[in-house]
Amino acid sequence: MTVRFTRDHEWIRTEGDIAVVGITDYAQSQLGDVVYVELPEPGRKVERGGEAAVVESAKAASEVYAPATGEVVAVNEAIVADPAKVNADPMGEGWFVKLRLADPAELDGLMDEAAYARFVAELG
Amino acid sequence: MTVTGNRGLQLEEKLLFEQDSPGHCGVDLPAPAGLPNRLGGLERTRPIGLPGLSEPQVVRHYTRLSQKNYAIDSGLYPLGSCTMKHNPRLNEKLARLPGFADLHPLQPVSTVQGALELIDTLAHWLKALTGLPAVALSPAAGAHGELCGMMTIRAALSARGDARRRILVPESAHGTNPATAAACGYAIDNIPNNPRGRVDLAALKARLDGDVAALMLTNPNTCGLFEDEILEIAAAVHGAGAFFYCDGANFNAIVGRVRPADLGIDALHLNLHKTFSTPHGGGGPGSGPVALAAELAPFAPLPWIVHGAAGRDLVERPEGPAAASIGRLKAFHGQMGMFVRALAYMMSHGADGLRQVAEDAVLNANYLRARLAGTLSQAYPGTCMHEVLFDDRFLKDTGVTTLDLAKALIDEGFHPMTMYFPLVVHGALLIEPTETESKASLDQFADALLALAARARGGDAESLRAAPRLAPRRRLDETAAARKPVLRWRPPAA
Amino acid sequence: MRYLPLTEADRRAMLAAIGVGSIDELFADVPASARRRGLVDLPLAQGELQVERAIAAMAARNLPAGSGPCFLGAGAYRHHVPAAVDHLIQRGEFLTSYTPYQPEIAQGTLQALFEFQTQVALLTGMEVANASLYDGATACAEAVAMAGRVTRRPKAILSGGLHPHYREVCATYARFNGAQLDLRAPQPGADEDLAALVDRDTACVVVQNPDLFGELRDYAGLAEACHAAGALLVVAVAEVVSLGAVRPPGEMGADIVAAEGQSLGNALGFGGPYLGLFATREALVRQMPGRLAGETVDAEGRRGWVLTLATREQHIRRERATSNVCTNSGLCALAFTIHLALLGEAGLRRLALLNHEAAIATAERLAAIPGVAPVGRHFFNEFAVRLPKPAAPAVDRLAERGVLAGVPLSRFYPEFPDLLLVAATETVTPDDIDRLECGLREVLA
Repeated sequence: MTVRFTRDHEWIRTEGDIAVVGITDYAQSQLGDVVYVELPEPGRKVERGGEAAVVESAKAASEVYAPATGEVVAVNEAIVADPAKVNADPMGEGWFVKLRLADPAELDGLMDEAAYARFVAELG
Repeated sequence: MTVTGNRGLQLEEKLLFEQDSPGHCGVDLPAPAGLPNRLGGLERTRPIGLPGLSEPQVVRHYTRLSQKNYAIDSGLYPLGSCTMKHNPRLNEKLARLPGFADLHPLQPVSTVQGALELIDTLAHWLKALTGLPAVALSPAAGAHGELCGMMTIRAALSARGDARRRILVPESAHGTNPATAAACGYAIDNIPNNPRGRVDLAALKARLDGDVAALMLTNPNTCGLFEDEILEIAAAVHGAGAFFYCDGANFNAIVGRVRPADLGIDALHLNLHKTFSTPHGGGGPGSGPVALAAELAPFAPLPWIVHGAAGRDLVERPEGPAAASIGRLKAFHGQMGMFVRALAYMMSHGADGLRQVAEDAVLNANYLRARLAGTLSQAYPGTCMHEVLFDDRFLKDTGVTTLDLAKALIDEGFHPMTMYFPLVVHGALLIEPTETESKASLDQFADALLALAARARGGDAESLRAAPRLAPRRRLDETAAARKPVLRWRPPAA
Repeated sequence: MRYLPLTEADRRAMLAAIGVGSIDELFADVPASARRRGLVDLPLAQGELQVERAIAAMAARNLPAGSGPCFLGAGAYRHHVPAAVDHLIQRGEFLTSYTPYQPEIAQGTLQALFEFQTQVALLTGMEVANASLYDGATACAEAVAMAGRVTRRPKAILSGGLHPHYREVCATYARFNGAQLDLRAPQPGADEDLAALVDRDTACVVVQNPDLFGELRDYAGLAEACHAAGALLVVAVAEVVSLGAVRPPGEMGADIVAAEGQSLGNALGFGGPYLGLFATREALVRQMPGRLAGETVDAEGRRGWVLTLATREQHIRRERATSNVCTNSGLCALAFTIHLALLGEAGLRRLALLNHEAAIATAERLAAIPGVAPVGRHFFNEFAVRLPKPAAPAVDRLAERGVLAGVPLSRFYPEFPDLLLVAATETVTPDDIDRLECGLREVLA
């Protein structure tokens, strides 16, 4: 199981050929209280860098981009019912979608945990 | 605390629906005759659910509600890009003359010649002030005017057989600009600002090609600065075969001193509810006429007012001179009530008064800049136009945000300035006093803001984060309102 | 100048504080070629007396609708607005306040909007309504755009009975946003079979009730046909007082209601500013354009209101917003809500009945004129009649006598020269009906 991070503050964790995607702690703190999420339908195909979901706070709305190409196999209904989970546990219960990856090698270009931590530190 | 929850003149007031006297009515109407109806069996049988109240109860209800509102009549609104100036009462009187207020839009044209004359006169004033030869008067608000402008541009390009797909929009633009471009079927390219707070000319030129339909620029821009390279910008845009659209929200800075046509602008919307004093009314109605260059004029929306042998007439179909019109943007003829008010405003000021408006607006903003820039961090140091932009660097390490400072201003008796806009600086505070503020009013505002900044820098973050404490309501839970929206009253479950 | 508080002494002191010698220095960024030395070629400043004279002179060159019998409708209706309404909306705290973005000091506006949204939902029989749009026609265009977003389909079918201005505005918007409109031909006095036209590409069908010709219909069957095909039913209402007597669109299965609110609280005003009403089902609320006031609590637990679901709007979503709408029709909505508060349930129902009866009385008298034939069966306060001669010249001749007889349909559709749209509200008197009947008999003889 590996976790990787994008420059847009998404994380992706592989469990076999299924990858779980969410937004990072930094992202949720920047957004503020999450009030609503818009998730794709299972079966939808997403491209790496393409819009996978939308996350809204009272004052902002952000696209959640797919870190890798794949097909949506599951979405987290729990965060639709209770968006606060995204703030409370962004790396765990606050996951957004699960993808069946088209090409797991795409993840090699993403930051690992240490690299992402440095990236966030530089944002100031 | 009091028994009623009231605090002196601050009176609590329930919802109308919570004061229902069933069957009661605040209007006395004659009894119906009881004729057999002709509704074809479509009578409304179930109760509607509207509450019944007498006139005294209704007057008290709305009087109490009004007392919870801040308004320009009460105090300064330093709202950048909103131009909250005094709303002259003469304008209200004239708009209510029966000869305007009691006219049906579809009366025979021979019975409304005075109304058509007023609209034409307003158009004449707007053409003289902008230097552009045509004006479309039907758009109902600024955003509607932007849509009108973009539609005429797209129609003009289509007519030349030169369909293009992109609009260039500065990063600092008001949200209506990209929203409008998208509504018109265009893709948006964002152009960054340069370090001087203006649009980056090199970046603009790099993005300009045969696929760009137009640049949408605000001038003076949303950072309160005049786009000093505007002539080069216009030349570049026209050189690429594109149109130059200007968002005229900030026209108050230059009215009577600069004509947009002289800057190379092809289309410009004006906000009658900003520059020309028509009241904001808690969120409208506005009016957003669009001044157009000769090349765009044929595409102006319906209706057109034309002169014939028998006087003025309305062209309501795309035929004759209006054959290329984009069509209608609104039912009927436009925001007539706002036209009367705006024309009264313009005639009251005259050419000399309007020029003075721009000068005093710019003077007032620069005076506030002079008083504040030593303490607050000005985003782009130097002279500003009618509004001045600060960022939140001066609050660094205080634990106080732009929002906290703004909420503390409420306790001081001021409406906060525009916050977090434009997006190009962090924690933006955009201050536009307008020309109808006296020097004493500006000084009082500056004194209050400086005192709050000093409190923040002095370590008193707690009291600022708890603000406002003296307003009719403390800070409201916007998260809860968005997570579980309650958008109407419902009767309590039985 | 009476609206400019700065004195010359103030200006000098302020220039000194800024550190410049003259106001021109503050305009230094303006390119030299664009700086105007002198004044723009317009008249100079004038006092109230002069401005009032000039503008009142223009007003005097119009015939106010109330100066004689008025039977004009077709999307704008002459009703009596109680005196308290205009008095209350002119309170400075309502008239001169800004959009309620700072809710702590705008509870007056926000509570009034929340009450307005509730009233609109109740009137239309829908679950949720917004805080207003510009007018009925633009509300209709926004409804078509919303149906397109919700269904992700390109086509909209617009009834021939939908107000022609509403159709034209929808057509203008569609021309630029890619929607495909099927504009059905107007068929006064006949029924359309719109259900037969609905297919898998249809986003919505748009009808009006009462329609342009005044006809009332039950759209429940059409609603079912739309829903079976995955499309939405949009119902437009141009005369909102009708909702005091007629079954509302929500009870017929409408998904979106786009209406004109001018009839309540707002003068005819030569066509503007008017008031767009927009209501829909709760499930679609995030696709709804326009502002929304929502209930919440403050830091002390007291009930209050805020603008909410703002992430749909232009200032946050920018190019992905549901609409570009910003300023809407706040004060007109306030006038509407106050008028309706005064009327209440009993008053609105009675007002609607009085309108209906005035129209019945008018229709019966006109039907007695030789050659004049009613078109259609059921109506609320407006109906169409066929005249034995062209309607427009007849209307012009009657206007010369101070009688505003109705709107000739040829003003919208030249192919119907002998049809006249006649509206009768509670302001119509028996004497008005006499003058209309006599006048028509004479010009048609």
